[in-house]
Amino acid sequence: METVTITMKNPPALYLEADNVTPDVFAGKTAAQIAELHVHEGNTTSTLGKYFEVSGNAGATVADTKIVVKGDVKKVKYLGMKMSAGEMVIEGSADQYVGAWMTGGKLLAKGNVEAFAATAMRGGELIVEGNAGNYLGAAYRGDWRGMSSGKILVKGNAGSDIGMYMTGGEIVVNGNVDVHVMTHAEGGKTVIKGNTKSKLGGQLVDGTIIVFGNIETMMPGYKPNGEVELEVDGVKALFSHYIGDMGERHKKKKGAIVYGNLYKKI
Amino acid sequence: MSEYIIKNGSVFDPVQGIKGDKKDIAIKDGKIADKVSSAAKVIDASGKTVMAGAVEIHAHIAGPKVNLGRIYRPEDKLFSCTPTKGMERMGGGASIPTTFKTGYEYAKMGYTTAMEAAMPPMFAKHVHEEIRDTPIIDEGAFPVFGNNWFVLEYLKNHEIENTAAYIAWLLRVTKGYAVKVVNPGGTEAWAWGLNCLSVNDPVPYFDITPAEIVKGLIEANEYLGLPHSVHIHPNNLGNPGCYETTLDTLRLAEGMKAKNKFGRESVMHLTHTQFHSYKGTNWGDFESGAKEITDYVNQNKNITIDTGNVTLDETTTMTADGPFEHHLTGLNHLKWANCDVELETCAGVVPYIYSPNISVCAIQWAIGLEIPLMMKDPMRCYITTDHPNAGPFTRYPRVIKWLMSKKARDTQINAFKHKDKVLSQTSIGSLDKELSLYELAQMTRAGPAKTLGLGHMCGGLKPGMDADVAVYNFNPDKPVANPDDIETAFSRCAHVFKSGVEVVKHGEIVGTGHKRTLWVNVKVNDNPQVMRDINEKFIKYYSMTQANYEALGHHFVPNPYALEVDATHV
Repeated sequence: METVTITMKNPPALYLEADNVTPDVFAGKTAAQIAELHVHEGNTTSTLGKYFEVSGNAGATVADTKIVVKGDVKKVKYLGMKMSAGEMVIEGSADQYVGAWMTGGKLLAKGNVEAFAATAMRGGELIVEGNAGNYLGAAYRGDWRGMSSGKILVKGNAGSDIGMYMTGGEIVVNGNVDVHVMTHAEGGKTVIKGNTKSKLGGQLVDGTIIVFGNIETMMPGYKPNGEVELEVDGVKALFSHYIGDMGERHKKKKGAIVYGNLYKKI
Repeated sequence: MSEYIIKNGSVFDPVQGIKGDKKDIAIKDGKIADKVSSAAKVIDASGKTVMAGAVEIHAHIAGPKVNLGRIYRPEDKLFSCTPTKGMERMGGGASIPTTFKTGYEYAKMGYTTAMEAAMPPMFAKHVHEEIRDTPIIDEGAFPVFGNNWFVLEYLKNHEIENTAAYIAWLLRVTKGYAVKVVNPGGTEAWAWGLNCLSVNDPVPYFDITPAEIVKGLIEANEYLGLPHSVHIHPNNLGNPGCYETTLDTLRLAEGMKAKNKFGRESVMHLTHTQFHSYKGTNWGDFESGAKEITDYVNQNKNITIDTGNVTLDETTTMTADGPFEHHLTGLNHLKWANCDVELETCAGVVPYIYSPNISVCAIQWAIGLEIPLMMKDPMRCYITTDHPNAGPFTRYPRVIKWLMSKKARDTQINAFKHKDKVLSQTSIGSLDKELSLYELAQMTRAGPAKTLGLGHMCGGLKPGMDADVAVYNFNPDKPVANPDDIETAFSRCAHVFKSGVEVVKHGEIVGTGHKRTLWVNVKVNDNPQVMRDINEKFIKYYSMTQANYEALGHHFVPNPYALEVDATHV
């Protein structure tokens, strides 16, 4: 695997839209060619090389390309957008839409990521060592197709509206989350090891939410369904089981109604 | 103004009966001319197809309903934006493009005139602001009448003269073009939580039937002698078995004759016929009723239709058929918006994905193609996608490919997941017909222009007509190697002229022309009763005053073109 390192040397005054920084676009290009790729700062289009120092050539294929992003990229958006394979490491914190619409490959953010990370993700793996913002793995604004496959791990906390309109895949948050979890979702699983606030599984059609910590306020549309022992990430524990959202439509399977599931550790 | 001569192209013009002859088309002072001076700029069209600018008879491209779609579907603009380029302003949107993109896309495909198919009268000002901001193409808008309280009250007592006076007033204050009817009575019933699914279902409170509304509006339309016929979206759209309601609606025109000075011969235009040609009793035994509908239309010369072709895309449905949109959101569970328009109409919007993997969508695709292939007179059947309801208008080149090539249709049929179902529920597999370029010119130019009462102005290349000309990179003398070449050729014109101004060159926008708003100005005898009724309704019911109702002045209609109708003699 070949590694391309891009290092911020001339930080933008406005936010920088760098949707070309992905293994898919870099593959097969030399450092000089990569430096010529376009980025947008406000309404001006310029080159990646204006902001970043580029070293190392990309691999021949996407899968053979690794990108390391160094320096302060707190004002850089769309890193790893639509990546389908290969690897990417962001050493610091990044702005919005990290790994949005990604379909494969591995993306590691060592700092924090802002809102809309892994928007409508269809595959691959996103690991955030810091905190994630709002709308993690959610659908794009207005859209009804959120994360459908792949895996997201956030080692810190996450914001609100995570997994909105999720249809598949898995989100694990080791810390706490803000309001609205898996709103409108029709599949997939979200595991929250820390505490939660309110509106978990609002209008949930199908899918699973597992909470290890507190739930500040339960949704009224959830019905207790006994206790169950679950093994989550190698930890066996007893959970209270709830089904819902009772106010939402549900599919039928073999004559039985399929509800969404909410588990809270006892 | 500049002079042009388009030399040696293969010309297809049904107005003059020209079927691919090599001819020169001269343009002078914005009109097609017999000859031009030696100073005329020469456009070499050898090996290319030359036709008049195409005429769109039914699309939803301007107004509050379209904008509601734009507002609540930001995802429609995702990855579909085009930045400023040369003369082009930025644009965006796939199924509900911005106004600028709408104008550019039509022009690049060789369209120079388009009709907005449903204008809520109270929001005419919004419609005209969007029309104003849609560059290049001439546009008109059809106000909706089929659920309007005035119309319901007058026609309940069969007061044709009063209905006609009201139509004349409304066309003038809204700068409207024609009488549009959407789910007659049904949309008003929806305000009561009901619908009219047959032509005999009474409208609550008003106690009138859809049949009475439609017949009365046709009589009023012909009493006035408007350029276009009544333009109807019948009851019971989109339901299995709805073809019977459609036939009942078509029969309402029996014995009626067109009366106008514009050369129009039809009294009823049935729009998006595909959505109204369904047999079967449920989505499981759903099948095509295209044969029943086209058999009837083929025999009855006072009816014209447009197709409403499903293009197998993700799109946004929007119609003044409020109850239908509510029904649709229950089927696909996608977001729904509804907007009531006081005494006049209402609208609903729901996104829809016509998936080739769903048998119903594939059958709808087939029905949309069966209809034009089964119609015997291409001058009475026009190609539309009911944009954006069955697909975006930007897919016309693909629809043309399917109509002109059996091979292209077979390729698509073989790609369907439920191919056998498409073949058993429709007759698309046995239709060998391939549309000729002459028939295409009839279905997209001469035909719709004639039915809109614009046959004297556009849709043809006769000297004296507006110089709306499209030149396609398509050589009719060579066999088509790959059907996709048809789609490519009709997607981006080599040249387009709008009223004698070159607006497209090599597929790029090079001019914005002098875009006009077409409307119909009808003079009628003074009718104090109708004027009093209007005044009273504004005082008693409307949330705005009559003084604020009219779409007036340069801000709304900067470049009007009125078709004058004198109905005072009757």
